[in-house]
Amino acid sequence: MSETKTDAAQELAPPRLRGGRRPRARHARSAPYWFMLPAMALFTGFLLVPIIYATWLSLRASRRTGGGILGQRIETFVGLENYSRALSHPELYASLGRMLVYGLLVVPAMLGLALLFALMLDLPRVRMRSATRIGIFLPYAVPGVIASLLWGFLYLPRVSPIRRTFDAVGLAPPDFFGPTSIFFSVANIAVWGGVGFNMIVMYTALRAIPTELYDAARIDGCNDWQVAWRIKIPLLQPALVMTGIFSMIATLQVFTEPQTLSPLTNVISSSWMPLQKIYTDAFVLNDIYSAAATSIALAGVSLILSLIVLTVMQRRAFGENK
Amino acid sequence: MSDTLTTATAAPKTGRAVRHRGIHRTHWGATGILILGALYCVLPALWVFIASTKSPGELFTTFSFWPSFTGGLQGNVDGLLAFGDQAFLRWALNTLLYAGLGSVLTVIISASAGYALAKYRFTGRELLFRIILAGVLVPQVTLAIPQYLLLAKVGLTGTYWSVLLPSLISPFSIYLCRIYAMAAIPDELLEAGRIDGAGESRLFRSVALPLMLPGLITVLLLQFVAIWNNFLLPFIMLSDSDKYPLTVGLYALLNQGASQPALYTLVITGAMLSILPLIALFLLLQRYWRLDLLSGGLKG
Repeated sequence: MSETKTDAAQELAPPRLRGGRRPRARHARSAPYWFMLPAMALFTGFLLVPIIYATWLSLRASRRTGGGILGQRIETFVGLENYSRALSHPELYASLGRMLVYGLLVVPAMLGLALLFALMLDLPRVRMRSATRIGIFLPYAVPGVIASLLWGFLYLPRVSPIRRTFDAVGLAPPDFFGPTSIFFSVANIAVWGGVGFNMIVMYTALRAIPTELYDAARIDGCNDWQVAWRIKIPLLQPALVMTGIFSMIATLQVFTEPQTLSPLTNVISSSWMPLQKIYTDAFVLNDIYSAAATSIALAGVSLILSLIVLTVMQRRAFGENK
Repeated sequence: MSDTLTTATAAPKTGRAVRHRGIHRTHWGATGILILGALYCVLPALWVFIASTKSPGELFTTFSFWPSFTGGLQGNVDGLLAFGDQAFLRWALNTLLYAGLGSVLTVIISASAGYALAKYRFTGRELLFRIILAGVLVPQVTLAIPQYLLLAKVGLTGTYWSVLLPSLISPFSIYLCRIYAMAAIPDELLEAGRIDGAGESRLFRSVALPLMLPGLITVLLLQFVAIWNNFLLPFIMLSDSDKYPLTVGLYALLNQGASQPALYTLVITGAMLSILPLIALFLLLQRYWRLDLLSGGLKG
């Protein structure tokens, strides 16, 4: 890669000096590198270099040398010690476990509802199609923090209209901030925010399926349900893979919703989700070395996980095409 | 892996055959499900609008789904604007800077990179594309802490740059621009331009960009929402509340208000005022959304 870059750089200087057709051709050869330059510079500066720097930091630690109050703190190389310390911390596994529970609630519920709504939108003879579509898509315009604030107030005992409705009909109001129910409360915010976007992605894919397929199936006696199950869902697989991977990545980095709810309840600890633990390590406990180790581990795991899912699902979805 | 990702088709779908109109019966089951879904999505947003019309006292006492007309809204908006020496206005302007300027710059950078990847054959192209694809799969948020550590090293944390610059690189936007450039720009047109003597940068500006425009609007909106949604980055980078975007500002307000319910109405009004323009923007730009970019993105 570096060779090609210097090649390109050398070719930039001379073109105007030589006449004829060659300069244009040479200019065209260096052009793509110029077009890529800003993106690659930023990619290097804000993706590659931070990862490398964090990896380097994750192998170091601040140590006290000398004795007593005269001792100085010096940064030294400690090998994999941060990793073994971070990865043996029980709280990390507790937070990973909570993330798993959260993911198992959010991903199926969000994608299932999105698929259901997309299939319903795609049916003939449905009323209020565009009004309901816009309505379901609306929360996408609401940022995670504000969605969490909003739902936080809907959950909060003193303000909650949901609890008041329960009170009014004489039922015991649900506790949204219980140790178990908090998972549903946080998951609900993510589902609310994401269902519309995923629905639109799936609906757009459904609209691209030629309708002749449905006509043929109907002539063969399939009802709407069978058409959906046998034709639409299998043909939606690429869109389902895409939305599935993005929801999984979003689950791995869940931070905003629990962090925003935490002022309203004490069920959410400062290390409730892995990213919150990293945040606490780095900014509350000032242990950037351990935080660097955990974030490198988390970024690595999510990269590997999405690569595996992508490969497996594509083999299943596209196996026949090759 | 990249095989199926690269042979994407995002070509506009034309003429969907006329749907069954034989039977005029409404499909009530499906309509009902959609209405329930829409209620689930709209009611919480509606509640925030209603709650923002209430004075602090009314919030805890009056019926939740009925607005109050006793001037509570005016009081709340005044209170919010006056809070912390007009902090809310500053946060709104900062958000506009981060998300607005940030998304425009991202689109320009991504369009040029996506165009190069789609329309030129050059050494290292495959490698660069693979690196960018790997970047799509690394969660941006897990990068926030490494980015913080690096920027702290060079002394940039706490500045506008610390939020703006990391937001500009979006591997996913580059990937989408590449798909769209492949589908929307015919090679013949570029060749014709070259024969007519147009330079490469001129070709990009006058031929490629106009053809890519519908896709670029989608990328712009996606990136706008992504930056506006990214809470962790400004949350860790900034310490001076003057530089906060709305999201971090409202979070700080809630954090302060958790102990004093009088601030609740300010937070609710702030939430209402910050989603209002975005909802309006979405409804206006609705027909420019080209999400087939996403759903068609993986088609083999």
